[in-house]
Amino acid sequence: MLCQRCKKEAATFHLTEIVKQETRERHLCDGCAQTEGLAIKQSPVDLSGMLAQFVLQPGIQELAQLSCPKCKMTFVEFRSSGLLGCAEDYDAFERALLPLIERAHEGNTRHTGKTPQRLGAGRNFQNDLVRLRRDLARALRVEDYETAARLRDQINVLQSR
Amino acid sequence: MSLNDLTGLTGEWLRGEGPRNDVVISTRVRLARNVRGYPFVPRLSAAQRAELSDLLRGGIHAISPGQDPFAYVDLSEATDLDRQVLVERHLISRQLAETDGSRGVAFSRSETVSLMINEEDHLRMQSIRSGFRLDEVWDEIDRIDDLLEQRFEYAFHPRFGYLTACPTNVGTGIRVSVMLHLPALKLTSEIERVLRAAKDMRLAVRGLFGEGTEATGDFFQISNQCTLGRSEREILDEFKTEIIPRIVDYESEARCALVRDRGVALDDKIWRSYGALCNARAISSEETLTHLSLLRLGSHLGRFDKLDLRATNEIFLMTQPAHLQKAMNARLSGEQRSVARAEFIRKRLGLN
Repeated sequence: MLCQRCKKEAATFHLTEIVKQETRERHLCDGCAQTEGLAIKQSPVDLSGMLAQFVLQPGIQELAQLSCPKCKMTFVEFRSSGLLGCAEDYDAFERALLPLIERAHEGNTRHTGKTPQRLGAGRNFQNDLVRLRRDLARALRVEDYETAARLRDQINVLQSR
Repeated sequence: MSLNDLTGLTGEWLRGEGPRNDVVISTRVRLARNVRGYPFVPRLSAAQRAELSDLLRGGIHAISPGQDPFAYVDLSEATDLDRQVLVERHLISRQLAETDGSRGVAFSRSETVSLMINEEDHLRMQSIRSGFRLDEVWDEIDRIDDLLEQRFEYAFHPRFGYLTACPTNVGTGIRVSVMLHLPALKLTSEIERVLRAAKDMRLAVRGLFGEGTEATGDFFQISNQCTLGRSEREILDEFKTEIIPRIVDYESEARCALVRDRGVALDDKIWRSYGALCNARAISSEETLTHLSLLRLGSHLGRFDKLDLRATNEIFLMTQPAHLQKAMNARLSGEQRSVARAEFIRKRLGLN
C-alpha cells in the first residue's frame, strides 16, 4: 500500500482515527508519519546516515584530516566505508569517533562487560565499579532508595578492597 | 565430513524443540573478536589474510571438543552452491559467502556452534539452538571465547572493550538474536504495533536470514544494537525477562483471540495451505514458507495433525534453493526449482 500523503513510499504506519463518530483510516510512510508528528523518528542504528550527518557539523574538517599512524587509514576513508582499518584507529580517531560511538550505543562510551583473563581480575573490578555507579545514579533518579542503598554498600565493599 | 552429509538432516536450531518453541524458533548469540597485531579484515593484505586464516583455523582445531568436533570448510575453495547451503543452514552469513579471499568456517556437527573466519571481523563466533535458550547459547559461546582467548591475544581497549571493524559492534561485540514466529499477530494486524515498540527499544527487527533481509512473512528476528556500556549479562537479561516474554505473550494472546473469534476462518486458512502443498505442481520458496507457517501454527494450536513440527521444519530447509539443488544434484533455474520443490513436498507428504 502506498502512503496516502506522498503517494511515493510504502505505507508502514496505519492509524484509525475516530473524529465526531466517524472512523477514518490513515496509511502513511515513516517519513510522512514523522512530518505529521504521528511517529517519532526511531530508525535502527544507521551508520552511514550518522556519518553523513556528522560531516555536516562545522569544525569537522580538521577531524577529517586525522589518519592512523599504523594502518594509514584516514578518517575520510573510514567515513566512506564505515569500517575501521586497525585497532589503533580507535585511538587515532578517538575525538572524531566518540560522538558516533555515543550515538550508536545509547550514550555509552565505556565498556563494562567481559574482559580478557590475561588482563587480570583488576580490570573486571573497575568495570564493576563503573556499572554499579551508573546503576546507583539511575536508582537515585527514579527515587528507588532501597536499591540505591544496596548499590552504595556494594560500591563501598569494592572500594575498600 | 563432507557437505553432502549435511544436507540430509536439519541442524539443531531447526528441531523445533526447547522452551516456548510454539513461538520461539531459535536463540542465537554471536561474539565479534579481532586478533591483536593484525589489521582489521578490510585492511588485510592477501598474504596476511591467508596467514590469519591458518592461525585461527589451527587454534580452533586445538580447542575442538572431543564429543562434538568441529568440521572446517575453506570457503575460498568451496563452490557457490556449497556456500549457499551453509547460508541456508545459518552456519555462515551471506557476507562471508559472497566476499573473496581467504576465509572459512568451523562448525560443530550438531551445528549449534559456528566460528566464521575473516568475515567483517577476524572471528565471528555463534551459538544457536532451537527454542528460547539464552543461557545455554551464551554459556557455550562464552566458554569457546575463553578457550580461544588463551591462544590468541584479542584486540582489547581499556575504554572501548573488544575492538571491532565497525564501531557499532565495539565493547562486548555481542549480538543476541531471537527468531520468532508471529503468525497470529500478523493475521490480526497487530504486528506493526509490536515491531514499532521493539524499534522504540532500539532493537533491530530483521527477516529470516538476518542482516540485509526484509522482515516479511511471519518470521521475525529481534536483536540488540547497543553493544557498549552494558554487560553481556545485562543485555541477555533484558531479552530473557522483558523483551521476548512480552512479545511471546502478545502472540499467545492473539492466537487465543483468533481461535475464539475466528476459529473457522483460521481452520480454513490452515487446511487450504495444506491443500496447496499437497497439490501444487510448481511453487516458490516464499509461497512454501507462507503455507508452512500456517501449518506450524495449526500444529501448535492442535488444529492440524497431518504433519509434525519436525517434518514441517525439514520441508522448510530442504526446499530452500541451494538445498533443493544439492538434493537433485543439479543446477536448476528458478522455474525448474519451483517444479522440483512441489515434487519434493508432495513426496514428503506421502503423495505422488
